[in-house]
Amino acid sequence: MTARTNEDWLRLLGEAEEAAVAELREVLHRGLRRALAGRAAADDGFIEDVTQDGVLKVLGGLTTFRGDSRFTTWAVTVAVRVAFTELRRARWKDVSLDRLVEDAPARQPAAPPTDTPSRDARQALLAEMRRVIDADLTDRQRQALVAEFKGMPQAEIATRMGLTRNALYKLTHDARQSLKRGLEAAGIDGDEVRAAFDM
Amino acid sequence: MSLSPDELKELARYVLLTRPDEIGCDDWLGYAPSYAELVAAHQPVPEPLQKAAEHLDMCPECAEEFRGLLAALKEDGAGS
Repeated sequence: MTARTNEDWLRLLGEAEEAAVAELREVLHRGLRRALAGRAAADDGFIEDVTQDGVLKVLGGLTTFRGDSRFTTWAVTVAVRVAFTELRRARWKDVSLDRLVEDAPARQPAAPPTDTPSRDARQALLAEMRRVIDADLTDRQRQALVAEFKGMPQAEIATRMGLTRNALYKLTHDARQSLKRGLEAAGIDGDEVRAAFDM
Repeated sequence: MSLSPDELKELARYVLLTRPDEIGCDDWLGYAPSYAELVAAHQPVPEPLQKAAEHLDMCPECAEEFRGLLAALKEDGAGS
């Protein structure tokens, strides 16, 4: 493999130099094989596809490389996100966000009773969390938070809500902060939460 | 609103970890390459990159990608 500086990579890829593009493809392919090792859905065809998608994403984003790492590390980082986003999309493509949030039953029943005091504390906390979620969060915050804790991937929620991943993160971050404030306003502090949930 | 008790417990864990100055997933991606190189080389992580480490505690998906990235960087994966 050719030893190239970051500046070499940027210049050659900016010119779409054939050998540099081929080497980028090889770097991404090798990196993705390692990153996705052991995942049944990541077969050779999948890795070929996401390698190609990664090459295009890197070539289209050269100006966003900050220069604080090796170029190839940045390129593999970009490709890894492409690959994992695609894996998650394939798993969730047929799941409706609205149905997941509004209609789906809770995944698991309530935990069986243990001793009365801790069960009571837990039930009271669960009730208060539900009350704060219903009363203090916006519809969008509630939708995003519930989908997230039902396991839907960030990229899928973001796409379906018309948001970037950063904007979605801010939405759920604001929701968590509102929930925290709501619990504190109800006189529930962190120690009580940890005790109620045996954390 | 249909979160189960176990899902609410997980949410409570995240609420307890919530900080006012967290970074988002796209911001994390900007920090990830330099952070990964330091972690892979067992080097100390300077203060500005601590936010990248904190984000991984809050975001299972970025944490999954980070594990993949570290695997990719092993041997000569992205070292040229």
